[in-house]
Amino acid sequence: MPEISSVDKSDERIKSRSRFREALIVPELGGICGTILVFAFFLLTAGESGMFNAAGVLNWSVVSAQFMIIAVGACLLMIAGEFDLSVGSMIGFAGMMIAIFSVNMDWPMWIAILVAFAICLATGALNGWICVRTGLPSFIVTLASLFILRGLTIFLPQTLENKTIIGGVREAAEGDWLAPVFGGKVLTGLFQWFGEIGVIATFERGVNKGMPVVDGIPMLIAWALALIVFGHVLLTKTRFGNWIFASGGDAESARNSGVPVNRVKIMMFMFTAFCATVFATCQVIEFGSAGADRGLLKEFEAIIAVVIGGALLTGGYGSVLGAALGALIFGVVQQGLFFAGVESSLFRVFLGIILLFAVVLNTYIRRIITGEK
Amino acid sequence: MESHLSPLIQMKHIEKHFGSVIALAGVSVDVFAGECHCLLGDNGAGKSTFIKTMSGVYKPTSGEILFEGRPMNFADPRDAISAGIATVHQHLAMIPLMSVSRNFFMGNEPLRKIGPMKFFDHEFANRVTMEEMRKMGISLRGPDQAVGTLSGGERQTVAIARAVYFGAKVLILDEPTSALGVRQTANVLSTIDKVRRQGIGVVLITHNVRHAMAVGDRFTVLNRGKTVGTARRGEIAPEELQDLMAGGQELVALESSLGGTV
Repeated sequence: MPEISSVDKSDERIKSRSRFREALIVPELGGICGTILVFAFFLLTAGESGMFNAAGVLNWSVVSAQFMIIAVGACLLMIAGEFDLSVGSMIGFAGMMIAIFSVNMDWPMWIAILVAFAICLATGALNGWICVRTGLPSFIVTLASLFILRGLTIFLPQTLENKTIIGGVREAAEGDWLAPVFGGKVLTGLFQWFGEIGVIATFERGVNKGMPVVDGIPMLIAWALALIVFGHVLLTKTRFGNWIFASGGDAESARNSGVPVNRVKIMMFMFTAFCATVFATCQVIEFGSAGADRGLLKEFEAIIAVVIGGALLTGGYGSVLGAALGALIFGVVQQGLFFAGVESSLFRVFLGIILLFAVVLNTYIRRIITGEK
Repeated sequence: MESHLSPLIQMKHIEKHFGSVIALAGVSVDVFAGECHCLLGDNGAGKSTFIKTMSGVYKPTSGEILFEGRPMNFADPRDAISAGIATVHQHLAMIPLMSVSRNFFMGNEPLRKIGPMKFFDHEFANRVTMEEMRKMGISLRGPDQAVGTLSGGERQTVAIARAVYFGAKVLILDEPTSALGVRQTANVLSTIDKVRRQGIGVVLITHNVRHAMAVGDRFTVLNRGKTVGTARRGEIAPEELQDLMAGGQELVALESSLGGTV
């Protein structure tokens, strides 16, 4: 009997797609286009303003890195099918915990930091546990945590100190071994050398005379890069990454295939909390104080960066690299408007517009990959 | 063909009670390697309860399950799966946004060690997925093609290929053709035929007599939680099966009033 098979001939109804079109179908597309546009725009409008010299680059890099740290957490959580609206409050809360432990209670800084991490990870785990146990949308559960944490962040310093900002953290961090991991700088030797050979401008007078204007990479940026690499490898190269996609794509199907969906989701809530605490620790040590209003609206900025980066709000699809690009766009625009001398309130207008574009583009991409009508 | 072999799985006088409801009141079915055993029954006949008992989701209230001649007591579906009983549910356990190869290995990801770290072995997963899908007669654009772009029949085939690849000896298919068009149904039935020829015992649950007659070697009809009877291919006409499924008399009356179109 002749073997009737359609194996070797391809389906006549599948149109061959050009390599170019194929290459376009990646979650990072929006982020890549946006990054090119934004850089082109500011090179033209603010190229002469110092935005692209060493100090300028450091300026928007630090702001972008802040967005990146929380975007990585929000990205993995969103791909796993959940939101965390308490990120911003968590940043304020974690910072306040560190300040209260180290300044008011006189604990060594490293204990203060570790205990703050423990409390925040536990809060993240609780958020996740409530979501998976009750089946309630994480939107509502974490909206509750948003208010609870923010309320505590205002209540605690007011009760203890009668004010909403606690200072003196820098002094408390003096000589501590863990604080430089969040507040220090790396590659200072390299930048010193850059200054000597003239790649980077040096200060011409004052106490810092002869020192390069940028004397190292802040740990904030190192954390951002490390978290991006970790998140990207975890998501695309590991078994756990497959579980993250599966949990967000269709939790029931994933469960039927033996994926521990609840564990995955809870761990992603904890990872988001971890990212928020890293952000908070860097900020508190840099500023030397903790304020009750720190991190306001950060949860939305993280979500916007992630969506610009190509993740679907419904879960199951997205990219850490895309989210990082989304965060970069954010940082560059926020600081770029300042360099270009544009009214900074227009930043919000820009945000809204780019968010809208990103979501429309993502919907289009999703239709292509899933073949939906 | 099955006479000289012992059955892969034997379900003897299975009863399952849920409180005061008797869902199964003595069902006996056996499945041989390389046969397609069709389980027919109308809605509420107990088909779903029966396959859930076979796949380890339910424990039977009474009765005996012999797997490869040994009595079996499945604590949960994982036991059944590791013994080699795979179920392809109507709900396919496929994620449309994920690629075929990621879906194929979901929950069973192949790992490659690099130093102390273990990574998802994409190269292996992609190669195996393409190979297995080719064996089933489906040519993918690439292993990274999203499952969402496949037709219902193709998805069904991916699910079947996955179960076979992961060592199924008995493959339970729960209404695989119920939501498919004519051509896709034909593709799925031909996939079932390919699987059977690899020596796997297939249990096909359906209420479509024509689909059952197309691939079935034996037919067991369930009605009201009981086995009405088992017939071999050629021993029974489609009309008789239809009658048995519906419980005989009622349908005869209906059929005459509808002009024999049911």
